[in-house]
Amino acid sequence: MARTPADLVGAQPDPPFEITFDGRSVTALPGQTVAAALWGAGILAWRTTREGGRPRGAFCGIGQCYDCLATVNGEPNRRACLVPARPGDAITTQEGHGHDRLAV
Amino acid sequence: MPTRKPSDVIVVGAGVVGAACAYYAAQAGLSVTVVDRGSVAGGTTGAGEGNLLVSDKEPGPELELALLANTLWRELADVLPPHVEYEAKGGLVVASGESGMRALRDFAARQEKAGVTTQEVPGDRLHDLEPHLAPGLAGGFLYPQDSQVMPAHAAAQLLHAAGDRVRLRLGEEVTGILTGAAGEIRGVRTAAGELHAPYVVNAAGTWGGALAELAGVHLPVLPRRGFVLVTEPLPRVVRHKVYAADYVADVASGSAALQTSAVVEGTPAGPVLIGASRERVGFDRTLSIEVLRRLAAGATGLFPVLGTVRAMRTYPGFRPYLPDHLPAIGPDPRVHGLLHACGHEGAGIGLAPVTGQIIARCLTSGELPLDIDPFRPDRFTAPEPAPAPGSDPAP
Amino acid sequence: MTASPSEPYDLVVVGAGSAGLAGAVTAAELGLSVALLDSTTQSGGQFYRHPAPALGAVRPEALHHDWSAFSDLRRRLAASTVTHLTGHHVWSVVRESGESGAAAGETGETWAVHAITGADGTEEQPVRITARALLLATGAYERQLPFPGWTLPGVVGAGGAQAMLKSGLVLPGRRIVVAGSGPLLLAVASSLAAAGARVPAVVEAAGYLRYARSPRALVTNPAKAAEALVHGAALLRHRVRVLPGSAVTEVHGTDRVEAVTVSRLDGDWTPVPGTGRRIACDALAVGHGLVPQIELATAVGCATRALPDGTLGLALDDLQETSVAGLWAAGETGGVGGAELARTEGELAGRAIAARLRGRRADPDPGRGVGPGRVGELRRRRDRMRAFADVMSAAHAPGPGWPAWLEDETDVCRCEEVTAGRVREAVTELGARDARTVKLLTRAGMGWCQGRMCGTAVACLAARGGTPEPPAERRPFAVPVPLATLAALDERATEQNL
Repeated sequence: MARTPADLVGAQPDPPFEITFDGRSVTALPGQTVAAALWGAGILAWRTTREGGRPRGAFCGIGQCYDCLATVNGEPNRRACLVPARPGDAITTQEGHGHDRLAV
Repeated sequence: MPTRKPSDVIVVGAGVVGAACAYYAAQAGLSVTVVDRGSVAGGTTGAGEGNLLVSDKEPGPELELALLANTLWRELADVLPPHVEYEAKGGLVVASGESGMRALRDFAARQEKAGVTTQEVPGDRLHDLEPHLAPGLAGGFLYPQDSQVMPAHAAAQLLHAAGDRVRLRLGEEVTGILTGAAGEIRGVRTAAGELHAPYVVNAAGTWGGALAELAGVHLPVLPRRGFVLVTEPLPRVVRHKVYAADYVADVASGSAALQTSAVVEGTPAGPVLIGASRERVGFDRTLSIEVLRRLAAGATGLFPVLGTVRAMRTYPGFRPYLPDHLPAIGPDPRVHGLLHACGHEGAGIGLAPVTGQIIARCLTSGELPLDIDPFRPDRFTAPEPAPAPGSDPAP
Repeated sequence: MTASPSEPYDLVVVGAGSAGLAGAVTAAELGLSVALLDSTTQSGGQFYRHPAPALGAVRPEALHHDWSAFSDLRRRLAASTVTHLTGHHVWSVVRESGESGAAAGETGETWAVHAITGADGTEEQPVRITARALLLATGAYERQLPFPGWTLPGVVGAGGAQAMLKSGLVLPGRRIVVAGSGPLLLAVASSLAAAGARVPAVVEAAGYLRYARSPRALVTNPAKAAEALVHGAALLRHRVRVLPGSAVTEVHGTDRVEAVTVSRLDGDWTPVPGTGRRIACDALAVGHGLVPQIELATAVGCATRALPDGTLGLALDDLQETSVAGLWAAGETGGVGGAELARTEGELAGRAIAARLRGRRADPDPGRGVGPGRVGELRRRRDRMRAFADVMSAAHAPGPGWPAWLEDETDVCRCEEVTAGRVREAVTELGARDARTVKLLTRAGMGWCQGRMCGTAVACLAARGGTPEPPAERRPFAVPVPLATLAALDERATEQNL
């Protein structure tokens, strides 16, 4: 029986690289989305909701539910399940609408 | 078919105007049946932005209505639950150049004489009021009386607050008007049976012309389509209702051609609402890319910070307008017992309470808050032959 | 390739899954100029979602059924003249005026397809592509029903878990309960188990016995029966229990999943009191079937049909054309039926479109039933598989009793955090009789996903126990569009035809 998904498909990926999540280093594989890289590190939540401040992460996995919105390199509301991880990406937990800097 | 216990009055239409009519009639002690073929706020109310404006109105009968309504909304805000999201946030009309500023100044001076509070804002002070406004605007006028409510809740909470005197019959379409031997109103026929009352109030909004026709009278209410663009949720980015000076001209225009002017405002729930377009295309709900382009260009022109913000949805609404841009409010001398409360164009949310109050006073022979002669429903002559051209049947 | 920059394509296909691929390569092989748009960087859609090349998967087929059918289509695409535009998120299609009174494609009428670009559609340059005919192959998204705790991290869509595994080679946990309803659950459970997860249970709300009521559809679809057997064998091998007539009625945990409560359901899907038992797990993969993704079509007025599972699909004629002339659809958009049906419909649509644009009939003699030749064969296969899909669909329609597992505090709308209690208040106190008014009064369905996740639940609650209206699937923006992009929709600047 395969032990990991990578074993199952006989993955021989290009060399891994580092991204950060709230400042902590996370290893990503080339070709993974931000959400996949975070799941790979056991991280399931990277957003808190506008009203209740509750944690959320990827849900539908295909870009339809928008629950996986993350702040990527300072830009809020990126769908982590679609955005590819790039070396050095800084992912930060998005609080609410993610647009606090616009508030007047 | 069971005939139900009669009411004092039947209000046709559960939009905000119908709800206000029911509310004030119930307050006056009358029993009311509100009948609508759909849900509460299912028509133009549900597509509105909830503007309670005095700033866009020329001195005249509509402005008088708006000023009275402004006071009534302030009273209602104390009575209704916070869900109605009443905000006396003020309107800010901006001009890009000096000539626009001169026009605004003239307009505001005339409004001041009619009782509107206005305040000139020089170009270099605009950002104190709206920090994200585009640079380089010539100036503007602040209208502190302009306010906003959440329209669907305004309708629903007015009906709820009206209490036990109001019975709601939703999902029931009026198919006929019942009259007696002398032609007087006896009630309405719906798909589910007959409802009896000596008075019927036509609060059917954009479909008010069709209801009038059922009663055998001519009232040429026509739809004037507008799209609203809704953004993703934001913090408070826009404090006031902000619009460009050409909006007033568009509101007053009778042209069928597409007109757009930038109107931008925040909501307590987060999204920014962007209007306003006006065009006469019947009840066509098809998305117009050109309208979207113009609305987005207008909004990002006023607030460049909105450029990276995403539009999540858009929807059309059909403003019920009459040829002279004034509503029809009051008893119809042609059919005893028939009253009208429709044709408010884009101002129905704002004018709802005063309309409801007038209707309730008419029903109880109370003192009217203003001269309602300009709004008399029989002021339009029917063309020959009888059916009004372009009057769309109620779908 | 089209002749000049302003010349429309013969055909734009939206969606590069099984249906879109089959439609695009068929049409191109018959001589049409074709653009194939997809939001992702690859082809294959959700069913054949696979790792990016950089992940170096030697055996991607290990996560798929019938991989050879896809590699075949992919080979034909590579050899074709199709312009494959990846990273294109179509937000609207608009019919532009042609000569009146004739069908699209026979006149100067064209379609404009508006898209935004980038991995998640955040690049600002708008794209506008024109075509004489349009094929929508936009697939489906997963249907969800809310339950207490379903917003906790670690609760993921069943299709979502599958998609993340297929493309990113990751799992949401080590011990994953799979729950909901529909044939997808077995496939998901067997993939998760094969990829190393422990799957303590597959919790299926329907009683599987209902398939037995239409044995004919099963017997005439040996491929589907074989697929089910493969999954069944895999589950046995991985010692996965299947619990029919049951549902997850609560998720436990504070900031992530720690366990679930599984309860027995009666025939109406009402939980039977006292039957709850706790299963420890660190993730839950849940889904209740699929919903056709049809908003591009409903926005231009295409007729829909109610499907047996309570969703809406596009109403299509025998040759896959919608009620709007010039606009075809294939695959899940007409009702969920799987990859083989999607391929069949895609090819049928491709042939029908080529015939229309060439001014010929696809079907030489409609008087003789489905007709001879390839088109006749495709139609027969399509009809057989559609019949099977309808049986499956009916078996997994949510029972009317499911709202009994909601608590007043349960979020129904994930985006706007609208609880079941508030939805019920709008319905019982404030005069909401349909999903639209519930939305106006509660904001349920007004958030980022535009009601995709809560639409089914809101429709059920608005119906107060009666038969719910299927969610209308009307979203004028199929994806959110930056305002600067909308503002730049100047026609000359955005012609992107090649």
